[in-house]
Amino acid sequence: MAKETKDKEKAKESKAEEKLEEVKEETEEKKAEETQKEEAAEEKKEKEPEKETKEEKPGTAAEETQKEEAAEEKTEKTKPEKMELQEQYIYKQVNSIVFSVLPPKTIKDMASAKIVTPELYDKEGYPVDGGLMDIRLGVIDPGLRCKTCGSKLKECIGHFGYIELARPVMHIKFIALLLNLLKSTCRDCSRILIPQNKIEKYKEILDAAEKEKGLEERRNKIKEIITNLKTINKCPHCKARQQKITIEKPTTLFENEKRITPIEIRTRLEKMPDEDCELFGIIPPHARPEWMVLTILPIPPVTMRPSITLESGERSEDDLTHKMGDIVRINQRLFENINAGAPEIIVEDLWDLLQYHITTFFDNAVAQLPPARHRSGQPLKTLTERIKSKEGRIRHNLAGKRTNFCARTVISPDPMLKLNEVGVPMVIALKLTVPERVNEWNLAYLKKFVENGSDKYPGANYIIRPDGKKKKITDETKEATLEEIQPGYIIERHLMDGDRAIFNRQPSLHRMSMMCHKVKVLPGKTLRLNPAVCHPYNADFDGDEMNLHIPQTEEGRAEAEILLEVQNQLISLRYGLSIIGCVQDGISGNYLLTKELVLSRQEAIDLLSSVGIEDFSKLPKKEKIHGKEIFSVLIPDDFNFTGKTRSGEEVVIKDGKLISGHMDRNNLGEGSGLLLRNIHKKYGKHATIEILGNIFRLGIFVLFKHGFTTAVSDTDLPEGIRIKINETLENAKKEVVSLIGLYYDNKLETFPGKTLRETLELRILEVLNKARNETGKIVANEADKSSHTMIMADSGARGNLLNLAQMAACVGQQAMGGKRVEKGFTGRTLSSFKKGDLSPEAHGFISNGFKTGLTPYEFFFGAITGRDSLMDTALRTPKSGYLYRRLTNAMQDLKVEYDHTVRDAAQKIIQFDYGEDGVDVSKSENGIINIKRIIKTIGV
Amino acid sequence: MKKQFKTDKHSLIPKHLKLNEKEKQKILEQYNISLNGLPRIPKTDAAIVSLNAKPGDLIKIIRKSPTANESVFYRVVVNV
Repeated sequence: MAKETKDKEKAKESKAEEKLEEVKEETEEKKAEETQKEEAAEEKKEKEPEKETKEEKPGTAAEETQKEEAAEEKTEKTKPEKMELQEQYIYKQVNSIVFSVLPPKTIKDMASAKIVTPELYDKEGYPVDGGLMDIRLGVIDPGLRCKTCGSKLKECIGHFGYIELARPVMHIKFIALLLNLLKSTCRDCSRILIPQNKIEKYKEILDAAEKEKGLEERRNKIKEIITNLKTINKCPHCKARQQKITIEKPTTLFENEKRITPIEIRTRLEKMPDEDCELFGIIPPHARPEWMVLTILPIPPVTMRPSITLESGERSEDDLTHKMGDIVRINQRLFENINAGAPEIIVEDLWDLLQYHITTFFDNAVAQLPPARHRSGQPLKTLTERIKSKEGRIRHNLAGKRTNFCARTVISPDPMLKLNEVGVPMVIALKLTVPERVNEWNLAYLKKFVENGSDKYPGANYIIRPDGKKKKITDETKEATLEEIQPGYIIERHLMDGDRAIFNRQPSLHRMSMMCHKVKVLPGKTLRLNPAVCHPYNADFDGDEMNLHIPQTEEGRAEAEILLEVQNQLISLRYGLSIIGCVQDGISGNYLLTKELVLSRQEAIDLLSSVGIEDFSKLPKKEKIHGKEIFSVLIPDDFNFTGKTRSGEEVVIKDGKLISGHMDRNNLGEGSGLLLRNIHKKYGKHATIEILGNIFRLGIFVLFKHGFTTAVSDTDLPEGIRIKINETLENAKKEVVSLIGLYYDNKLETFPGKTLRETLELRILEVLNKARNETGKIVANEADKSSHTMIMADSGARGNLLNLAQMAACVGQQAMGGKRVEKGFTGRTLSSFKKGDLSPEAHGFISNGFKTGLTPYEFFFGAITGRDSLMDTALRTPKSGYLYRRLTNAMQDLKVEYDHTVRDAAQKIIQFDYGEDGVDVSKSENGIINIKRIIKTIGV
Repeated sequence: MKKQFKTDKHSLIPKHLKLNEKEKQKILEQYNISLNGLPRIPKTDAAIVSLNAKPGDLIKIIRKSPTANESVFYRVVVNV
């Protein structure tokens, strides 16, 4: 990189601009450096208003550019001496940016061709001169050279052309501003409707507003001033009476019901003095109001609207080309008609048509206009549609990039994987590669990959020569490649065990939605992950797919490892507890083990070794070993902990031994495990992930050995209990009937603020819910505590007592929107009930359990609420997604500063103390700082 | 005269206090910020009408907070 900077030029410049600059230079002849420099500065001056960038020597620039738009441009530019020297960069700093309107003169000056005919190609299929595909506008065909700059396809970035419009036409994007301008200027003298002596005052107001609150405020003030001007009907300068100006959307303006043509509008605006323009925020010479009425139209380069060749050899043109074809055609016709002296009506019709085409060229979604369509009927995608919305350039191409070196398939669980591993199918490992640079020491190692080729694992797919040429390794080229390899070459070898990969599941709402895992190449066709890491990804295995990315540089790998590794994400920053914990079998297995299992020594060792433990010295030397002792083997020797089980028992771990209590979700589960949180705090992330993986696997293997399932017989109840349950339900029904009786007799006591009917509904719901809860209690008391369903419910692994009660005894009242089911026919839910029937059965009370089976109408009520909740979730997901998008966009640059204040990008204060209490939640325990424990650990 | 509702007596309205010049400068210095960078409160806000605050005054608000028991907030008085 040559440090070619001339004395004054220290500023940097964006690369894009540099490119523009380069191309422009190419079109010029090469001149002596000094003259060239001058010229560039001059040319730049003209170019400026059209686009934006300009910069200055730091000293003078500082004051001048404070006035932002008003700043004048002087440019000094370094010029690369030759195009070929690709490695040359010019560093410049953008000082300020001016947005303005393209002046007609610039349009003409920057154009390299005048377009006069709508034809695209001649008979030989060669672009017509002066047509829309003119080769002076750039090249899109391989082999051809650009007539303007002489470079080939992909080198030439394209050049603008222009067409001269037969009559001026309004620019759709400036209509609102044009209307404002006309309404607040005099129709005779074109002066702003402010007395001369007050103009200065208004300018001062604007400047003050900008200085105090920024540009946004200036714009608001301008709006305010303009709204006030619209009502003035006598010009303070020439005393002319003002007429009422209205708009007929989208582009026609009327003055007192009489149409004003764009020609007239343009002449009025031309007369406007520069001084007045500034009050509208239009700052000459960057912009002039009359430029918003188009007299000549720039034609975008062909490179931004390439035609595609179909398989049949036919050419299909871009939407923009189509649209411009229309414009050129109508424009030519308008010219001809005017020249031939056609009647005014015909000319005006054509003029309107031209206006329509130019409007839709800019924006094909203008509310009042029918969109221009293809012959097939689908609307054309013109300039605005290219940029706007989710599929537009910004959100689709700039904010959303796509990558190579990634994979996506269905996921499935594999508890034998470590928490920070990901199982990658062989087929994927053969396609994804990691680049490794050859040096003296790894030459032999890397040659082995090349020897294996691209089909045999572990092989290599490509080699990259030091000059950047990429070569595929095939059976034919293998021998030659092997000879060729030397230090400096890069070999893209297959993915291997231990490589880093970033694993991701959408929607990525979290930073834990993208974590770095170590690759483990496995047979099979799915990506595999440890079920314990499902929670941060919110993944399950009902067909979920996930993405895998392979970082390609050392920097990328280092970053992934340091920032994204699973062990770094253990503690959720949302609530400061472990977000990864045991799930399902991992919980119920450990519950069983630590609560009641007693194994022989042999069994215990068998169990531990299948988990992957090799050191059994912690195991007590006796024949019968309690589960607690087996569990204790996994806990570090100096660990102390006290906690609570779900049932309220005390859990005590002393010196790495589980002394009392048992393990359940409260201690092992995700988002609740203080046990895990403390292990993490004391032993660090690597140890935690190791211990957690072992505990999880221990649980699973306990269940493997012990046998674990859930059966219908788990819901069996003794005959006497069944009768008891039925009695409870019958009593409840009787009570409801008596309530209904009271209601009809008008003896029901109404609740305050409720009608009689509402009171009845509430009372009925209360009675029925009480009955259901009672049956639930009976089931909970009477069910076999050792049944596997109960073990799952008690340990918190899956399901709860309510689920069991619903299976064994009674499903209960089906509620829709907090009420009993009332939908269906007038006055009744189903035609099998009488109108006005208020009984429990007629409004969705299901008194049977799932095991007994539901009656047809009970089943129907279940289906009603089931579908309702399904609909609800389906409709809520996109809504909450959008809400989330708005939240992140609104808060993306808020930051907690060192003084605990929350500030935005402009350093404005949002909160004086983060979260009002200044607690860093990710460093707390569920939002609370446990001072007792801290004191204990310090040992005061 | 119409009986007016006293906002400063209501339990749901946090305590609003007007700071004197010295206190104001201390706060601005503490947070290294100008008046523009602080949250704003309109002069006509019902909670501060009784304080007779002028634009540019700093109002100290002591709120009840579920996380911190009591939290202090500052707002600059502005014209609507």
